[in-house]
Amino acid sequence: MTIALTPSSQRRTPFRDKAARQGLGLTVLAWAIALFFFIPFLWMVLVSFRSETDAATNPPQLFAPFSVEGYRNFFGADPWGPLLNSATASGLSTALVILLAFPAAYALSIRPVKKWQDVLFFMLSTKMLPIVAAILPIYLFAQFSGLLDNILLLTIFYTSMNLPIAIWMLRSFLAEVPGEMIEAAQLDGANLGTTLRRVIAPVVMPGIAAAALICFIFSWNELLLARVLTSTVAQTAPVYLTGFVTSQGLFLAQVCAASLVVSIPVLAAGFAAQDKLVQGLSMGAVK
Amino acid sequence: MTTEVAQDAVRTGAPPPAARREGGMSEKWRRRLPLLPALIFVIVLTQLPFLGTLIVSFTDWNSYYPDDRGFAGLSNYARIFTDVNARSAVVVTIVLTVSVVLICLVLGLVIALLLDRRFPGRGVVRTMMITPFLLVPIAAALLWKHALYNPEYGLLNGLLTVFLGNDAPQPDWVGSMPLPALIAAISWQWTPFMMLILLAGLQSRPMDVVEAARLDGASNWQVFRHMTLPHLRPYIELSVLLGTIYVVQNFDHVFTITAGATGSANLPYFVYQTFYTAQDYGRASAAGVVTVAGTLIVAMLALRTVFTVFQEESR
Repeated sequence: MTIALTPSSQRRTPFRDKAARQGLGLTVLAWAIALFFFIPFLWMVLVSFRSETDAATNPPQLFAPFSVEGYRNFFGADPWGPLLNSATASGLSTALVILLAFPAAYALSIRPVKKWQDVLFFMLSTKMLPIVAAILPIYLFAQFSGLLDNILLLTIFYTSMNLPIAIWMLRSFLAEVPGEMIEAAQLDGANLGTTLRRVIAPVVMPGIAAAALICFIFSWNELLLARVLTSTVAQTAPVYLTGFVTSQGLFLAQVCAASLVVSIPVLAAGFAAQDKLVQGLSMGAVK
Repeated sequence: MTTEVAQDAVRTGAPPPAARREGGMSEKWRRRLPLLPALIFVIVLTQLPFLGTLIVSFTDWNSYYPDDRGFAGLSNYARIFTDVNARSAVVVTIVLTVSVVLICLVLGLVIALLLDRRFPGRGVVRTMMITPFLLVPIAAALLWKHALYNPEYGLLNGLLTVFLGNDAPQPDWVGSMPLPALIAAISWQWTPFMMLILLAGLQSRPMDVVEAARLDGASNWQVFRHMTLPHLRPYIELSVLLGTIYVVQNFDHVFTITAGATGSANLPYFVYQTFYTAQDYGRASAAGVVTVAGTLIVAMLALRTVFTVFQEESR
């Protein structure tokens, strides 16, 4: 094989220099664009580790004395309640989403209901319903039922927000489970719950992980619903961030430190599972 | 028969009564059962509230004047379409969405093409590119507003000072050009999203065919135009559809960076303001309904094509 290739690569030698130069140019371009996109983030990290006086200078300093003043101020303002609320709402709703979406995906792929395409279509269409179009009745209901400022209500609505995405994703993974496997399990007398748990779940674990990741990120990021439905008790981290800036005035290092800390769970999850991120974002269409 | 069921139950750990009940159910309902909890959940929590919005949109209801509640007919809608602010919100939504999606698509495609070849540090470049997308949107918006756009100590004006000296222009980015400021900040976050989907599309290309075309003397441009682009089409459509859905609903950036000032309020922000600040429930609901109608019209056009993508994928 290698021998057969040699003549053709020799024939292309005159073009090689040009190709190599072109390749180098493209590599430099790729690095340049990536740096351009990365600089705002890098700047945020740099500024977050400065004292407030060093953070807000013009012209900007590339190097300034290291300081954790911003972080100390952020954690000194006791952000643990909001962070815990965010973790609760995101974690609980993600678990609930998977619990509901998994059997639903089964009924849309392996043993499909008659109008499974319409159901999928409907699920996607709910994602086109902006939250603002439903927020008033939700707010009135929360007020009426006394669930305003209750993290459980937010959890429920995060579940409904992410359920369609998870169903789409899991369906596309379940559709690839070989039918013989399920038939064999059911010949053995396994009921639906057992089949789902013992036979299908292990096979589609990557899909479940991807769906869970994306649902967690979307819930963690959500601001509008949280802002309308929570105030002091159930306030989530994004809501806390908006209030933090207005109430503390502007302290650049502190703002950068706070933004970074709140983003850390998403950054960690996203970096750890880049491929899952793609699957999740495309609702399982891209694997 | 009974012993068989019992034995099965022992083997699978399932209670026999449940097994018998499932056996008695019609096939149709047995198929529907696993779907129902999720379906009911979604219908109750998304469709009912929207129905509520629809009803309220036909009423006169301002919570500052609780006694003046009543049927309003279409007057809320008439006010939406004649109100300058509401009309401006419609235009802003369209301008914002179209420009962001186009910028993200073009940049995302270029970067995806650059990343679709082996070079030193490719993994690092990919990771750096994804980072903007992994910031919580409100955190990213705060970063742009305070650390980059601030006229006194933001990085942008700071760089102007560095390169042009002390008498360099120091524009008030958000105040003088609110829409471009929003577009830049939102595009920064969503370009990685488009890039990731398009990159996945590029990497699913059958490379042997491309190699064959290259050997037959096809130029890079010819390969791109006649092979890569047609293959990417469904991925482009998918990224545009999803990008549109997400960007149309953008609230965090508008809320944080401009707070809707100087004609930069989009529909979600307008609805939020009308409902939350002005407490005009009727008018806010009408604006919400208009937002949904607009989103649906745009998305439905693209939806059919996307659906065929999924069908091809599952084949």
